[in-house]
Amino acid sequence: MARARKAQERQTAHEQTHAPSAPLPRIESPIVPHQSIGGRALVAVVAIMTYLASLTTGAVMLVRANAAEWQTEILREVTIQIRPGPGRDLDAGVRAAVEIARSFDGISEVRPYTKEESARLLEPWLGSGLAVDDLPVPRVIVVKLASGGTLDVASLRKMLTDKVQGASLDDHRGWIDRMRAMADFVVLGGILVLALVIAATILSVSFATSGAMAANRPVIEVLHFIGARHRYIAGQFQRHFLWLGLKGGAIGGIAAILTFALIAPVEALIRGSAGAEQFAALFGSITMGFAGYVVVVLQVVLIAAVASEASRHTVNRVIASI
Amino acid sequence: MGQEILRDLTFRIEPQSFQFLTGPSGAGKTSLLKMLFLSLKPTRGLITLFGQDTSTLNGDGLAALRRRIGIVFQDFRLLDHMTTYENVTLPFRIMGREEDTYRREVIELLQWVGLGHRMWALPPVLSGGEKQRAAIARAVIAQPHLLLADEPTGNVDPSLGRRLLHLFMELNKSGTSIVIATHDIALMDQFDARRLVLHDGRLHLYD
Repeated sequence: MARARKAQERQTAHEQTHAPSAPLPRIESPIVPHQSIGGRALVAVVAIMTYLASLTTGAVMLVRANAAEWQTEILREVTIQIRPGPGRDLDAGVRAAVEIARSFDGISEVRPYTKEESARLLEPWLGSGLAVDDLPVPRVIVVKLASGGTLDVASLRKMLTDKVQGASLDDHRGWIDRMRAMADFVVLGGILVLALVIAATILSVSFATSGAMAANRPVIEVLHFIGARHRYIAGQFQRHFLWLGLKGGAIGGIAAILTFALIAPVEALIRGSAGAEQFAALFGSITMGFAGYVVVVLQVVLIAAVASEASRHTVNRVIASI
Repeated sequence: MGQEILRDLTFRIEPQSFQFLTGPSGAGKTSLLKMLFLSLKPTRGLITLFGQDTSTLNGDGLAALRRRIGIVFQDFRLLDHMTTYENVTLPFRIMGREEDTYRREVIELLQWVGLGHRMWALPPVLSGGEKQRAAIARAVIAQPHLLLADEPTGNVDPSLGRRLLHLFMELNKSGTSIVIATHDIALMDQFDARRLVLHDGRLHLYD
């Protein structure tokens, strides 16, 4: 009797299931719940930390690139100075120095500054309308080096000092050494700060992931008890947290890229002010460049991998504690 | 070492057997069930499941054994973010089976335990009895070799309790060994089965 009733019930169920109007249920929920307060907090933490790390990286790369550019530019030229002295004909000295310089290999251009140009160089300090003839202003010749060529600086210096009175050659060595030391120091400091920021990012993302995982303990337990392999459980969480990490990382990374992109228009707005000019002279154009984008993407991937790995670690810890 | 809850237990659960595990509260029924589903390791002694010494198995080996065991928890342990249907499909999902291969089976079982109209409902909106039935459906859906149920009729009315008992009996007929931990004398009286009675940490068998 009971068997007949059960058969009837099963039949009814079957009919209901296969009725044309009955919508069939489907698996739509992921094994790891997507929406959780912990998950949202993790995305926020990852976004903020990625933003800070990307800004630091961008700044370090910017300083490094500009330091290299300054050095290259300075290395590409040397300066000859003819100092005035009693009874010296500066114009003749300039002509002689130019001749000597042009006779050397590895030089692309020799350009003597005229009196007017020399006066213009002094304008910031001495004002305009300067009567250069009344002042013992040295004359300057800029010698541009040919790319790929090598100039025998020592021979040029010797010949100039021997043949032209009051002539001296400055290859900017002192400047370059000081600039290199300064740039190295700034880059080193930047790398140190970047290492600290990345370490802080890894720690905070690890803790935030563990926090977000706390709410998922029942999921891990149920999967474990119904016979899911540990790799399967860990895989579910790793994928989920990798996605959260990538989401947060993308938000932070894009925000950092936009910040760098916005610096140029802001710079244009304030252009003309003394600060802006100094800034432009020091840093040139503020752009991240291809390498910058690559580093930001690598950071996003690294931070997402940290979140994913931290979730795997938490899964293993929870399973071990069951 | 803490207090010894169970001691000197030697028993065997035969294939296709049916038994009630009973005893006063605190006698160790849940602890014994936990040992049977490999959630608790005995401080000493040996548990052999399906011919394998459980102490020698690694994680994957234990997981493979657990897949042959269905468990009904006293507190249901349904996942709140999944519908009733999705909760019941979990054992198939972790095996990597395609949904099309088991959808009809799951729907039929849910209809049969009276949850046909609650397939889309999330556990927080289910009553205690509905949660109980969903938990039972999840435990039996993959036709385990051994079913362990902790107070499976504790939250349902006598009529549904009888129906669930019939479900266990049907499952038993199809080859599953059943262990039902219960206080419910009325339930035990409905079916003449072996009784494992725990008292003062020791087990008394009544075949």
